[in-house]
Amino acid sequence: MKPFVRKAGIGMFAAAFALAMTGSTVAPAWAADPGVSDTEIILGGTHPYSGPASAYGNIGKGIGAYFEYVNDHGGVNGRKIKYIDKDDGYSPPQAVQLVHQLVEQEHVFAIFDTLGTAVNTAIRPYLNQNNVPQLFVATGATTWGKDYQKFPWTIGWQPDYQAEAILYAQDIVRSHPKAKIGVLYQNDDYGEDYNAGLKKGLGKHADMITKMASYETSDPSVGSQIATLKAAGCDTFMIFATPKFAIQAMVLAAQQSWHPLTYLNNVSNAIPYMNAAMKAGGPSAVNGVITTYYLKDPANHARYAGDKGMKLYFEIMDKYLPKGDKDDGNYLYGVSIAYTMVDVLKRAGKDLTRKKVMDIATHLTESDNPLAYPGVVIKTAPNFRYPITQMIAAKWLGTDWSPTGLLVDTRSMMTTAEK
Amino acid sequence: MSFNAGKLVPVLIAVAVIAVLPAVVPSFIVFDLIFVAAYAIAVLGLVVLTGMNGQISLGHGAFMALGGYVAAVLAHNAGIPYWIGVPLAAIACGVVGILIGMIALRLAGVYLALATFSLAVATPSFLKHYKSITGGFGGMSLDTVKAPSWFPLDAQHWLYYVTWAVVGVCFLLSALLVQGKFGRALRALRDNPVAAVSFGINPYYYKTLAFGWSAVLAGIAGAFFAIATAFVSPDTFSFALSITLLIGAVLGGILTFWGALVGALVIEFLPLVAQQVNAAAPSVVYGVTLILMMLFVPDGIVGGVQRLIRRFVPPKPSQPAFQPSAPSAAPIAADQPSRE
Repeated sequence: MKPFVRKAGIGMFAAAFALAMTGSTVAPAWAADPGVSDTEIILGGTHPYSGPASAYGNIGKGIGAYFEYVNDHGGVNGRKIKYIDKDDGYSPPQAVQLVHQLVEQEHVFAIFDTLGTAVNTAIRPYLNQNNVPQLFVATGATTWGKDYQKFPWTIGWQPDYQAEAILYAQDIVRSHPKAKIGVLYQNDDYGEDYNAGLKKGLGKHADMITKMASYETSDPSVGSQIATLKAAGCDTFMIFATPKFAIQAMVLAAQQSWHPLTYLNNVSNAIPYMNAAMKAGGPSAVNGVITTYYLKDPANHARYAGDKGMKLYFEIMDKYLPKGDKDDGNYLYGVSIAYTMVDVLKRAGKDLTRKKVMDIATHLTESDNPLAYPGVVIKTAPNFRYPITQMIAAKWLGTDWSPTGLLVDTRSMMTTAEK
Repeated sequence: MSFNAGKLVPVLIAVAVIAVLPAVVPSFIVFDLIFVAAYAIAVLGLVVLTGMNGQISLGHGAFMALGGYVAAVLAHNAGIPYWIGVPLAAIACGVVGILIGMIALRLAGVYLALATFSLAVATPSFLKHYKSITGGFGGMSLDTVKAPSWFPLDAQHWLYYVTWAVVGVCFLLSALLVQGKFGRALRALRDNPVAAVSFGINPYYYKTLAFGWSAVLAGIAGAFFAIATAFVSPDTFSFALSITLLIGAVLGGILTFWGALVGALVIEFLPLVAQQVNAAAPSVVYGVTLILMMLFVPDGIVGGVQRLIRRFVPPKPSQPAFQPSAPSAAPIAADQPSRE
């Protein structure tokens, strides 16, 4: 603080106060778009590098690595990307302050891949008031696709949590019409979104849901929830949980000799997690579990041995993040979403404006994302802002996920506008 | 309260600096300084409670949450303006603070710290549970503050000056509260409860009131936190916030009101500076700074500065040589009213 205090020496008091009163320090209107020069595009973001969600910080590192790679290969239309990524500690007030700083001091062109539903909800009004693009937020809440009329400068990226749950519901109705469903969910908006999707997907079969059990992220174990679901006679088990609790759920079900048909949400399906569950609970804990994918899995070395996209990913990791764990899907997520960002900037061309970038981001058809699951097309329209809607179901067989069936598109099921 | 130049000049300088700062710093710093103001009010509550009265609270984030949510819910669900919502938030926190203060009477030291910490840990779950009122995990977006038409600057500056004016009022009221008999009673209870009680000081009355007042301050701080962010969610008031407040109070100087101001600056800007120093591991920089400061200035920044000043500027000979009934061995706060 010292510099500010020094600057504000008492001698300046009268003059400075007069200056303040004329309003000459008010931030300038956005006449020209900040953050773009002939040689540079400045993008800002925040990630939780500290605090309870710090594992997601690797997404930000993956993004930074991809931008470095792009810069070393000529940049975007002759401009280099300068990426300023800050630690918000997963705290909304902290994120709001940092975003003010990014916009007003660093003069970023756009805010990209801020992470977490609460964080993004908190910064959204400010960015929209100032016409700053809030691109490809890292959360699957429905509000990003639904409330675009109120917040036209904001768009999501990853599949909607509800959409994923709808897929599971359809699979149950189709293949197990007599199922008695037990649900384990995290007691927050994330869990609620999954529940809403499940009910929506089951439609008139919603009474198949026999028992629901919630947990708090502060709970040490979900053992009692598993016992409740088992006691209710459920034979189908939905795990809408973050990795730590998802692993526990699979292990504890096996230990309690409960062997339902299990559906595991996407955020917890990385192969290292599955191996952990198998080690603790035996093969019966994980065999036959069903999940969905929309990106490639970096831990699945066998399946993607000759894959060009994965080769690029490993090349980027080796060069720019040599100490990072390549199997960590968060890095891959970061590289993949940064690819979409660069793609949009490329298509926007040399005369880069914020409006143009939003225009491209909402008229996007990107079918060549190197790390998206083969066949997944990232697609938007001005009135359809759920970029990724395709997923593939996969079943755990022994040591690995095996895709079952074809890519499924949930496009038609999404809520497109809030009335 | 007897004023003298030595006490008044620093206050006037502080007021002048606060009035002028928005003209000389970038606008995002003005925004940050609104949060500094909110922190200053909350940390002041800890200075009164912990510094003056010796009750350790690790749960003041919970009172900030209560204050923030009262103001937010009233504005969001009932359209009640902030100028009514903030005082109501203060009253709600005062009532809850006194109730918890009564429980706190039975606990001392580390037990009180643990009990209040459980309050801070439980608050987010509580907020999530009553989602029809609180908006649940996703929280509530609030209308941003608008400046009245007669105010020449923008809304951010309006909020800045309003918040700092409230800081001034809180400091003044706290100074009036802890001067004289009340303040002496608080400090006596801190330093030697047995002696204090045998002199006729009623510990129930004073300790409960101290807890209530510090809760009021935390509640006001929480309300401004919510208003400045224009958003509240359980994540806004995580349990770490309570620890952050205590860190601020201890680093600033828990024995003086100035410590609240300095502590607020530290907890707002130290994490940001730590990010500048080392973007990869800001928490390491933060932690190392804390440890070093505890080693070298255990009485806080203000305490350290006061010791420095005393070393180079010997006390004036005009002061009475004999000072009756110095209430404690601890250094006397710079902004305390002089003893009779």
